[in-house]
Amino acid sequence: METKKNVISIKNLVKQFPVGGDYFTALQQVDLELTEGEFIGLVGPSGSGKTTLLNIIGGLDSATEGSVSVLGHSMDNTSHNERAEIRRKHMGFIFQSYNLLPVYSVYENVELPLILNNIEQTEREKKVSRAIEWVGLSDKINSKPADMSGGECQRTAIARAIVHEPALLLADEPTANLDAENSHNIMNILSKLNSEISTSFVFATHDEKIMGYLRRIIHLEDGKIINDEKILKPTSA
Amino acid sequence: MLFKIAIKNLFGAKLRTGLNVFVTSISFFLVIFVSGMYDGMREYAKNITIETEVAGGTYWHPDYDSMDPRTFEDSHSIIPTQVKNLIAQNNAFGVLVSQASIYPNGRIMPVIMKGITPDQNIVNMPTNVLDQHNDITIPVLIGSGMAKNANLKVGDTFTIRWLDADRTYDADEGTIVHIMETENFKLDHGHIWIPLSKAQSMLAMKDQATYVTYSKDLSKIKDIGDWIHHDVNYMIRDMEALIKADEPGAQVMYSILLALAAMGIFNAQVLSIFRRGKEIGTLMALGMTRSRVVGLFTLEGGLNAFLAGIITLILFGPVLFYFGTNGIPLPMDYTEMGMLVAKRLVPVYSISLIISTTILISIIVLVVSYMPSRKITKMKPTDALRGRAAT
Repeated sequence: METKKNVISIKNLVKQFPVGGDYFTALQQVDLELTEGEFIGLVGPSGSGKTTLLNIIGGLDSATEGSVSVLGHSMDNTSHNERAEIRRKHMGFIFQSYNLLPVYSVYENVELPLILNNIEQTEREKKVSRAIEWVGLSDKINSKPADMSGGECQRTAIARAIVHEPALLLADEPTANLDAENSHNIMNILSKLNSEISTSFVFATHDEKIMGYLRRIIHLEDGKIINDEKILKPTSA
Repeated sequence: MLFKIAIKNLFGAKLRTGLNVFVTSISFFLVIFVSGMYDGMREYAKNITIETEVAGGTYWHPDYDSMDPRTFEDSHSIIPTQVKNLIAQNNAFGVLVSQASIYPNGRIMPVIMKGITPDQNIVNMPTNVLDQHNDITIPVLIGSGMAKNANLKVGDTFTIRWLDADRTYDADEGTIVHIMETENFKLDHGHIWIPLSKAQSMLAMKDQATYVTYSKDLSKIKDIGDWIHHDVNYMIRDMEALIKADEPGAQVMYSILLALAAMGIFNAQVLSIFRRGKEIGTLMALGMTRSRVVGLFTLEGGLNAFLAGIITLILFGPVLFYFGTNGIPLPMDYTEMGMLVAKRLVPVYSISLIISTTILISIIVLVVSYMPSRKITKMKPTDALRGRAAT
């Protein structure tokens, strides 16, 4: 039997934020292992620590205590530049509010991670076209974010996140700004991508609509993992 | 890579880029225009002195001191032969200077009486009018400032009293034949101009002069006896000294203009960069390093300055050229205050002014692009992503 590679390994993670003269503990004693190709959701109410955990995994924030290893890189002692390199080469991000660059077209937004990775022009064109095709936006290639619907913007953000075929895709409330139909479309696209490419997906969400797509649900409450549930047969996938 | 993204950002954000470039371009224009006016004002004083008074330079009687009227009585002699040859070739003209008194409308006024060759065309003075009045005892040319002070108009007559070479006071009647408009008050206030031959005869100083002014581009004559040669640089040394003394003032004004321009650019640029906090956070999340983000925004600033230079050339170049050619009329006559200020101010845009302004404004744009982006990239990416302003 083939052993799957470990993508995320978190041990005894504590994250505190200074608030006034005191500290607010956002995450406490979190242990988590994630292997290649997983499709998991960090689920919990607002303030449960799911976005903080996602940010720490993505190297956008650092742990107060404990150890975090992502894709074989220890995030504890890495510099900003090293973390940026890990994100650039091996990670993709999807944000709740899309975070598309407003002056760029769909094509240019999707192309950006490839430019940052110094991929040459012809290769870029191929990869961008394929990513845009995956998310079904081939007819919107020259549109600007301001001219598109929320669903289309999020599909563009997905194309941007997967265009360089990262090992890990982190999505923070990707469907929170979308209606039911668009939410299902987005989750269908992501679920399909997960089966087609070997990327691992981690969602931070409290959207009930997408729970049915997840194959593993980690419940967070007050900064602690209270349940780690494996779904053998996702209902919506 | 950064250049490609910077170009894309710059041309993608049409309105933002347009505003930033326009503000920078206005700053370019204002600094160059106002400094050019100031430089023009200072250059004008020098140029007008050369055009109306100094030409190529002068040969002076050794005792003559233009600033000391007590020397006038003794500062005259026969013009050295070689200098006289210049006059014969119409390349120079002589001036005989003496003190005199005039009595216009029953008043007494001390004046400097200067005899000048009427048919000279070496300096910009309408001296030819002195040659057209053989029926008048002493034809007199004065400036408009003098005419106003003495309440004189063309055709008015008055008594002129002078001390001749034999130390005898003589007097005769002078008639105003022309009132000249000159921007050089040194030719106007307290001066009366009469034909040189008339002055030589009145003062009993036949063939004599106090100084001789020669045309531009003539080389210095060596054999001038005891007369003294003064070139243009010597003659305008006071102006040069004034300009030099005024340099700190000019620099302060230039600095103030630059500071004002910097504030405008700073506002536009900083606002634009801080509004892009979320974009910076996104770039960092996508894996752009802090130094590259700062480099990108600084490069955008540099391109902004470059575009502003081109826009200034296209948009304001014709305006600068128009004023540089036609000047700007001033609302009042400053010559009455004893200031060599033109009635029409012509800005002078020196190469050094244009280059230094371009370099300084480009540096300002680069600094105000570098500093805020550096500050934003020092924030946690998570804060930048939320679009929180740096504090």
